[in-house]
Amino acid sequence: MERRERGLLENIDWTTILTYLALVFIGWISIYSAVYDEAHKSILDLDARYGKQLIWIGVSLLIALFILVIDPKFFSQTSYLWYGIFIVMLLAVLAVGSETKGAKSWFGVGDFGIQPSEFAKATTALALAKILSGIDVDMKNLRTKFAAITIVAIPMLLVLLQNDTGSALVFFVFVLVLFREGLSLSVLIFGAAMAILFVLSLVINPYVLIGILFVITIIIWRLNRKRKLSIWLCLGLFVFAAGVVLSVEYVYDNALESHQKDRIEVLLGQKSDPKGVEYNVNQSKIAIGSGGFFGKGFLKGTQTKYNFVPEQDTDFIFCTIGEEWGFVGSVFVIGLYLYLMVRLIKMAERQRSKFSRVYGYCVTSILFAHFTINIGMTIGLLPVIGIPLPFISYGGSSLMAFTLLLFIFVRQDASRMDLV
Amino acid sequence: MKNTLSSRRFIIMGIIITVGIIYIIRLLFLQVFDDSYAQLANRNALRFVTQYPARGLIYDRKGELLVYNELVYDLMVIPRQVKNLDTALLCELVGIDKEQFLTRMKKAVTYSSYAPSSFEKQISKEDFGPIQEKLYMFPGFYAQSRTLRYYPHAVASHVLGYVGEVNENMIKKNPYYKKGDYIGMSGMEKYYEEILRGTKGSKITLVDVHNREKGSFQNGKYDTASIAGSNLYSSIDLQLQLYAEKLMANKRGSIVAIEPSTGEILCFVSAPFYDPNMLVGRVRGNNYMKLLHDISKPLFNRALMAEYPPGSIFKVAQAMIALDMGVIYPDTGFPCDKSLVGCHNHPSASNVRDAIKMSCNPYFYRVYQKIIQQKDPTTQKVESKYGLSIWDEAMYKLGFGKRLGIDLPDSKSGFIPDTSFYNRYYKGGGWNFFTIYSNSIGQGEVGVIPLQMANFAAIVANRGWYITPHLVRYYGDENLKKRNTQYVKKNFSMIPQSYWNLAVEGMWGVVHEGGGTARRAMIEDIAVCGKTGTAQNVGADHSVFICFAPKDNPKIAISVYVENAAGGGGTWAAPIASLLVEKYIRGEVLRKEMEETYINAAPCQSLPLRRYVQKSESD
Ligand SMILES: [Zn+2]
Repeated sequence: MERRERGLLENIDWTTILTYLALVFIGWISIYSAVYDEAHKSILDLDARYGKQLIWIGVSLLIALFILVIDPKFFSQTSYLWYGIFIVMLLAVLAVGSETKGAKSWFGVGDFGIQPSEFAKATTALALAKILSGIDVDMKNLRTKFAAITIVAIPMLLVLLQNDTGSALVFFVFVLVLFREGLSLSVLIFGAAMAILFVLSLVINPYVLIGILFVITIIIWRLNRKRKLSIWLCLGLFVFAAGVVLSVEYVYDNALESHQKDRIEVLLGQKSDPKGVEYNVNQSKIAIGSGGFFGKGFLKGTQTKYNFVPEQDTDFIFCTIGEEWGFVGSVFVIGLYLYLMVRLIKMAERQRSKFSRVYGYCVTSILFAHFTINIGMTIGLLPVIGIPLPFISYGGSSLMAFTLLLFIFVRQDASRMDLV
Repeated sequence: MKNTLSSRRFIIMGIIITVGIIYIIRLLFLQVFDDSYAQLANRNALRFVTQYPARGLIYDRKGELLVYNELVYDLMVIPRQVKNLDTALLCELVGIDKEQFLTRMKKAVTYSSYAPSSFEKQISKEDFGPIQEKLYMFPGFYAQSRTLRYYPHAVASHVLGYVGEVNENMIKKNPYYKKGDYIGMSGMEKYYEEILRGTKGSKITLVDVHNREKGSFQNGKYDTASIAGSNLYSSIDLQLQLYAEKLMANKRGSIVAIEPSTGEILCFVSAPFYDPNMLVGRVRGNNYMKLLHDISKPLFNRALMAEYPPGSIFKVAQAMIALDMGVIYPDTGFPCDKSLVGCHNHPSASNVRDAIKMSCNPYFYRVYQKIIQQKDPTTQKVESKYGLSIWDEAMYKLGFGKRLGIDLPDSKSGFIPDTSFYNRYYKGGGWNFFTIYSNSIGQGEVGVIPLQMANFAAIVANRGWYITPHLVRYYGDENLKKRNTQYVKKNFSMIPQSYWNLAVEGMWGVVHEGGGTARRAMIEDIAVCGKTGTAQNVGADHSVFICFAPKDNPKIAISVYVENAAGGGGTWAAPIASLLVEKYIRGEVLRKEMEETYINAAPCQSLPLRRYVQKSESD
């Protein structure tokens, strides 16, 4: 027993934990700065958001500690159970949850609320890891593909039904995990191509785009004549692409809610809306841009502190960092994330258990999705999609869920030598 | 197989790092290369509030307030910060309808959505009370207090001038001024702008997105306090000015009265005049256009801008110059030879004094001939050019043909023709005394403004010198008045005092002796010396009179012009001047019947007159 404890402390990946603590700390001082008010300076003011966040940090650290001391097999054995519980929770929230900002995704308890969709990402990761670590699993196998996609698609659809588009989008990122586990490269490329096509069909007139696609098809066919690329395959791809373009056009016109349309159009520069969505993005860019190279200094940001930036302590918290700590601080934070993600991939690759490896990739992918969408939004490269920046944004559910997500993997990693 | 799949981690890492690098490059452009965001951020969070200084007050010579400031409020709007606006309530409070609201908002947005522009200007303290109470309900709107000029006696419009908002040109010329600032546009307000205006201050406050103040920027390091403007203590005598305006209310023309010993202007009237309060505040635009298009030209400052032929009054100056040149002597006599130039019936003048008193035209024809047809000492030939040039010099010394330098903007200089003018006028230089003799009796090409005439009266009163006429005696703080040292120098005519005494005697005769042309100007107990004139005009002639009193140790010198008033200087201008002298020296006018007659008289023909009085409460 004693030996095992020592082994745990030796095997825990402390750099990951330190990186985690650094991000949590940066998050807290950013929240403090964003809502800082001369009149309320007390750090422990529980009425203020930074005071509440301090409680969430405490709770999250307890969760982390708890996860580190329990048996690592506990999670692999109860994967489906957790997955099932949160599917039920997602259904329940649809029925009786409360609404904020147009999304019905909360269980409210007084001031505090719980957002099952934040945790559902972690339970989906567990279930995906479980199913892919089964005995006769092969990504080339249609049944495996179908099972994996179903595992991801169910919670994703439920989140989408909650009108929480941002969180639903995150589920797409599991394609990276499937790719690592053997999904064909062409699927990944196909996915990327689809994403590019999707954005292009919003920017360019669909008929012009189809014309351009046709020209590209002809060129590809001519260039590949030696390899005897079938003209029928080329034409087939072209017809498919044209179909995508037209259906995007159709979905865009008929299915998307108007506020989502606004966000996309503003980003693409097709619509000027200085008081609405563009206003948010503009203010966000102004806050970050005005930080300059070294930033304005701690508590000196005027844009975030005086509410020029919307959601300056949750979805737009990167603005506070950009404004007060400048380019140096922004790059430091981005660097921490990159370091953490690369580190997690390395850790995942050193797992002997397939469950742990797949789960590790799931953690990395989820962090990557949030990192990309959130920061991309604040610097005006992506549409405004409201999802939190992991470990940094204000919010109990998000911090606890990410802590849970990360530490389950840290715990698996710590006992990677033990079994299998 | 396993190995190939494992190597896919590099693709995934590559994707992650690529995104990271794209974001860092983006941040590099946002934060390092592009500094426009810093300015945008300042525009968001810093509000520059101009601290307007109180403009200096203007007092009369006895300490009566002529101009003071009244607090008003401008309702400012920053369109981008307007939120959840209760339009109906705002419209009701400001007193506009929805359409006006929309036009104003549109105008404000066109100017800038981020910078403040005025939504409603110059709301009085009383009207602003209810708006102030509810202002918190209108994010994006705030109040800026300002002061407006008020004129408690509604008097001396042409002297005091008015204050208005700066235009683009003024801003370009002087960067001190910003859009919305006020500046003196005419009169003393313009001339003494830099003394009156003080220095603007600026306060930088941090504001949040709801435009709530969040304290000073960097502890007020960049704030500057405003410095109040200095007061002006003018030489105007309010009571005399009021009286003069009363006399001129139904007439066109001008009155300028000067204290000869100091050059201080006691009253200054250009009629028709207007209530200076008309050009204050929101009503200014309309009133200004009304005044501008009135054919009797109430905005035109006749005392400074109207160049009239001086008429017979010029003869006094001619006599002094001729005596000084030695071309005539005090007892030189010339017959009243009407073949030279027309005259009225009177005995021939046998000396200078009587010639002035009787205003004999042929006499001054001969005098001017003697001045012009002089031997040039260098060529020993009689040349009109030489005569004219020394005559010009002498005239300039008497304040004619040049700007006197009064402390008001836009003064005319009058006109004394010189050689080069006549060479141009008579092409090829074909001119001589016989073509220009009209100048002798103040007709022909000479032009004089009423101020110069009053100044000339002061020169005679002083027996040969003047201090430049001016309006401001002191400026500065009540307790720390500074003398206006610009106007202390005596300008000497260099003509001996004994000659001037002849002019004084002649002018005394004009008022007091049989055969004088201004017997109506005579006042019991006060020795008035005057000279009448008739300024020829296309329409009816102008009635002109200058005088000073008392004869010894004079206290006041006056010029009075009554436009298009038939009957000569003695009929209208002389009695008006006489009433003013009595009012000033005695303090009250005993000749009530005469006073009433001239107050009510409306002798000016051919143009309708409108009286511009705005406030009745100030009476
Ligand atoms: Zn005569």
